[in-house]
Amino acid sequence: MTTTDATAVAVSHEAVRSPLREFWRKFRRNRTAMAAGVCLLALALTAAAAPWIAPFDPAAFDYDRILEGPSADHWAGTDAYGRDIFSRILWGARISLSVGLLSVLLGGVAGVALGLIAGFRGGLIDSLIMRVCDVLLAFPGILLAIGIVAILGPGIENVIYAVAIFSVPVFARLVRGSTLSLKRAVYVDAARAIGVRDRLLMVRHILPGTLPSVIVYVSMRIGTSILTAASLSFIGLGAQPPSPEWGAMLADGRSYIGVASHVTFYPGLAIFLTVLAFNLLGDGLRDALDPKLR
Amino acid sequence: MLKYLVGRLAGILPVLLVISVFVFGFVHLLPGDPARLVAGPDATQQDVELVRQDLGLDQPLWVQYGRFLGNAVQGEFGRSMKSKRPVSQEIGERFLPTLYLTIVAMVWATLAGLLIGVASATKRGRWQDHVGMIVAVSGIAFPSFWLGLLMIDLFSVKLGWLPTSGYGTWQHYVMPSLTLGLGVAAVMARFTRSAFIEIAREDYVRTARAKGVPARLVVWKHTLRNALIPIITMVGLQFGFLLGGSIVVETVFSWPGLGRLLVDSVNYRDYTVIQAEILLFSLEFIIINLLVDVLYAFANPEIRYS
Repeated sequence: MTTTDATAVAVSHEAVRSPLREFWRKFRRNRTAMAAGVCLLALALTAAAAPWIAPFDPAAFDYDRILEGPSADHWAGTDAYGRDIFSRILWGARISLSVGLLSVLLGGVAGVALGLIAGFRGGLIDSLIMRVCDVLLAFPGILLAIGIVAILGPGIENVIYAVAIFSVPVFARLVRGSTLSLKRAVYVDAARAIGVRDRLLMVRHILPGTLPSVIVYVSMRIGTSILTAASLSFIGLGAQPPSPEWGAMLADGRSYIGVASHVTFYPGLAIFLTVLAFNLLGDGLRDALDPKLR
Repeated sequence: MLKYLVGRLAGILPVLLVISVFVFGFVHLLPGDPARLVAGPDATQQDVELVRQDLGLDQPLWVQYGRFLGNAVQGEFGRSMKSKRPVSQEIGERFLPTLYLTIVAMVWATLAGLLIGVASATKRGRWQDHVGMIVAVSGIAFPSFWLGLLMIDLFSVKLGWLPTSGYGTWQHYVMPSLTLGLGVAAVMARFTRSAFIEIAREDYVRTARAKGVPARLVVWKHTLRNALIPIITMVGLQFGFLLGGSIVVETVFSWPGLGRLLVDSVNYRDYTVIQAEILLFSLEFIIINLLVDVLYAFANPEIRYS
């Protein structure tokens, strides 16, 4: 018993590469994507630990040290109220990362479900879902988000919903496409032939096959979503001023351009590097998981 | 071709109808009473009722929608709640500045994107390619509002070469159009590169090279001309991106266009203006997509006849 088990494991490790191993083997070779992944992991950890590692309270005023440039005390300088910009950026990372992650997960789950149903069922329900997606895609993302914020009111939570909605059609279209080809696969026919019910067919047999391309899009969309959320905050429709959201910090500091440019420089740099890292990670994931998407 | 055109035009009607229902429903989705919103916070109950009758808000919803659609087709959207001027007038003044800004940004971004893309593709794997693609990848991730502020800091405050905001002379266009076009130039560069590399693998390119056509001619005539077909589609898609981007860029540079009007109206809750703007933006986007499809069908007979 034990010997057969051991042989089976040994064989599977040497002769057959599992999809996960195959992915890791390809992904590891892409040094840019690896570096981006490591940076994002570090950023996520730093953001999670912000309450303990941030050198200053992000909301604490210090009127003796307003608009100071970077120094040994204040690594990224201080803003117009003497608040430490570096600490605010650390706290802001919590907002930006959660907005990006939550909105894409929310939009992704809804989009995957709709795409799965549309592709699997076909017919009227398919055309209905896809027409709605066409209309949603017809709107430039930020315009749709502004429309939704206009209804729900400004604020960071509403930005999450607004940004989530324009991820829905992207995922729906993607998953519908792969579902259409997967539902004709032999193993799905076989499962159907032995009497597996439709819902189980969709969730157990088709959904896993669509996941590689979904994962690639998640990484790409998080970058876009963070950028859109920051833009909304910058034009005053997202996170509101005392919040250390990166876009709101730029909006706050724009009156000090030329006097104290560091107030806008560092939050801008934080947005840029984070979005860049997500995009590079997405490129690497795409090459390793699903080269067809290129 | 005519059949294709008619079919394509008929296809946009349902999309337009859905959008009009959405835009009409918009005011009714808002929390609170629209009549109270128009009348203002100090109005008496009697005033509110008068406004309700005046705007037809006491009628059944489908009657209201019919009236809304009839007026919208004639470009009539009521008055702005903020300035009390007709919405059509308010929007009419803002339309051209945004159009000009978008066109200037589109033209430079497309040309720059094409050049970078072709340079990267022809020097594939060499330093020109690496530099080009680093610029492109960074350009996509660059927040436009940050770029705008960085440029104001350098060119207006430190060097004093360009005005920080406003509209009128060519100097006013430099920074806003650069800011607006950066993302598009980056996307176009990446896309041109991959389209170009794909076409360069085709047999007819190899034949041209083999029979001794000069390299320059192979690049510009045999390869680029064929790569242009997917590139045209991409330009059309990017126009929508520019319309959205103009909202942010106009806020940075105080550009008197539709984007800033939209942000101001959302902040002021000026719903009649928001309604008209969303309808106008969607219409523009649909028309551009249609134009691109038609252009595409002209360039590629396979689509026209299928």
